[in-house]
Amino acid sequence: MSILSDLINLNLSDITEKVIAEYIWIGGSGMDLRSKARTLTGPVKDPSKLPKWNYDGSSTGQAPGQDSEVILYPQAIFRDPFRRGNNILVMCDTYTPAGEPIPTNKRNHAAKIFSHPDVAVEEPWFGIEQEYTLLQKDVQWPLGWPLGGFPGPQGPYYCGIGANKAFGRDIVNSHYKACLYAGINISGINGEVMPGQWEFQVGPSVGISAGDELWVARYILERITEIAGVVLSFDPKPIQGDWNGAGAHTNYSTKSMRKDGGYEVIKTAISKLEKRHKEHIAAYGEGNERRLTGRHETADMNTFIWGVANRGASIRVGRDTEKAGKGYFEDRRPASNMDPYLVTSMIAETTLLWKP
Amino acid sequence: MSLLSDLINLNLCEYTNKVIAEYIWVGGSGMDIRSKARTLPVPVNDPAKLPKWNYDGSSTDQAPGDDSEVILYPQAIFKDPFRRGNNILVICDVYTPSGEPLPTNKRYDAAKIFSHPEVAKEEPWYGIEQEYTLLQKDVNWPLGWPLGGFPGPQGPYYCGIGADKAYGRDIVDAHYKACIYAGINISGINGEVMPGQWEFQVGPSVGISAGDEVWAARYILERITEIAGAIVSFDPKPIPGDWNGAGAHTNYSTKSMRDDGGYEIIKKAIEKLGLRHKEHIAAYGKGNERRLTGKHETADINTFSWGVANRGSSIRVGRDTEKNGKGYFEDRRPASNMDPYVVTSMIAETTILWKP
Repeated sequence: MSILSDLINLNLSDITEKVIAEYIWIGGSGMDLRSKARTLTGPVKDPSKLPKWNYDGSSTGQAPGQDSEVILYPQAIFRDPFRRGNNILVMCDTYTPAGEPIPTNKRNHAAKIFSHPDVAVEEPWFGIEQEYTLLQKDVQWPLGWPLGGFPGPQGPYYCGIGANKAFGRDIVNSHYKACLYAGINISGINGEVMPGQWEFQVGPSVGISAGDELWVARYILERITEIAGVVLSFDPKPIQGDWNGAGAHTNYSTKSMRKDGGYEVIKTAISKLEKRHKEHIAAYGEGNERRLTGRHETADMNTFIWGVANRGASIRVGRDTEKAGKGYFEDRRPASNMDPYLVTSMIAETTLLWKP
Repeated sequence: MSLLSDLINLNLCEYTNKVIAEYIWVGGSGMDIRSKARTLPVPVNDPAKLPKWNYDGSSTDQAPGDDSEVILYPQAIFKDPFRRGNNILVICDVYTPSGEPLPTNKRYDAAKIFSHPEVAKEEPWYGIEQEYTLLQKDVNWPLGWPLGGFPGPQGPYYCGIGADKAYGRDIVDAHYKACIYAGINISGINGEVMPGQWEFQVGPSVGISAGDEVWAARYILERITEIAGAIVSFDPKPIPGDWNGAGAHTNYSTKSMRDDGGYEIIKKAIEKLGLRHKEHIAAYGKGNERRLTGKHETADINTFSWGVANRGSSIRVGRDTEKNGKGYFEDRRPASNMDPYVVTSMIAETTILWKP
């Protein structure tokens, strides 16, 4: 109804200094995003100037009922694409009242790794390719798929156009602009190989901001699917059989890799990652074994392979990087439901701090 | 819901200099259009200033999985009618990492022909009449046709109006304005003889830009049918029987033909085309034999004929051209699913370069 959207789209800047801040955090499962809003007396641009807040952790699987307060520490601010004006989204992490990060808080440990001098000096850049699947509400069957059946086999859908090939583009395109508006470093989007599956990329982002930006991009995406009446899935293998899974390929480089001679640094880094393959895999997302089969453009979960332009490898190096003798590489192992704080900091830790 | 369109229609120019570039290319079948988007730091007007990009050719039947990178070379820029602002559409062609055009890259050879000095100095103009059929989604039966049956016979539909004669005008009109907005030289539209079939014309365009503009127009059309929930078909004979096929009549002239005395040049050119009829037909679109029957305003596929004002001939010369002694002619043989790079360059090659 036009009256409701008049209200939703009210531009309060003409009437008051007050702004609305939506505090966002990750709940007890490690993947459930939560948020609530509060009014601030005036616009704020610096997270350290935002008040800490708290919420009922017993309702998110993060605290017992008789001692339920969990404290929210604001860490990053983005413009709110839904409320617009001077209103903001605030990415937070979660602490006990005594100031300890709660177990599900992966950001705290990642921030420590990124502020280690040996890591900070290398300015680690990340580009994360977030794949996801859109599902019809209530039936949880992919968007565009016939109920009780399947679409034609994979082939026409990758970067495809047309009503029989691309399902849900409105969601993808509104997400792209909303993220740019919010100040997230979203670098692109494309339709994926499985129909109803899409991808967006965030980066290059430095250190801890890769995780902040990706989580807020996920938040904005789920808010948009909420408006569209569609369900968002980050499951790494939503449909069994000859259908691609969903990953979160993580592109990575350090200052040394980006300089002349960087290709040797890249090869050394890859060999360290190979030695810790099991540890990384364990942290790269639940259910990844259903996705990393060696088929559908993945490498088998128990094998570590790397190669130039090889999409069936665990780690892929682009031809540009090989030719220029410097650049970046792509870790193709992380699943779509990975925690970006965990994955980015672990890659930095293994390649920069760990000694075999 | 209005909120999703608020986001889709966000004008980012007020918030950032960043623009979104949608890179478009033709996939492995020669007719499947693909695209994906990336963020650029500032607006770009010159294709030479756009970065090359790459995509997964193993997902479009254009490369094997273990060596899957295909490189996109930007060739032409149009304004993006969907994202508007300073956002752009980029027509690309496709190369191996070592710089060889892929077999499906028809633009490359066409560009060579058009930059040949003897061709370039003749300034070849093209006007392409792109016919297409709209189909209902899922059933793939023409739009407006009763399921399990047929509409009344052809007669009332050509340039017709009314809910019982014109099916899908919203798509056609949205496409017309979108193409003008994009900077495509769209010269007109009309409803066709078969109900649910339409035509748009692009031109006059010089040399290689004819192909770029037709492909960009096809892309915009399929994006629009995607929004409308209808399917666009470029099949040359979508419904067998007493129903017109769909063609891509190609109007052509050179500087000499447009000058006084041009009519003689036209007749010589037509004669050369007659000597290479088989070669041209082989390149004029798959399935054309179902369309070029000698009925329904076509000439039989095995016969080459030409005439003034004759819609049953292979090549038609307009009465104006005959009267003025100069002008252009219309090659009526190409099918709706022809590749405009192939057809335009072949006509130029045969009439200007080829010696019988």
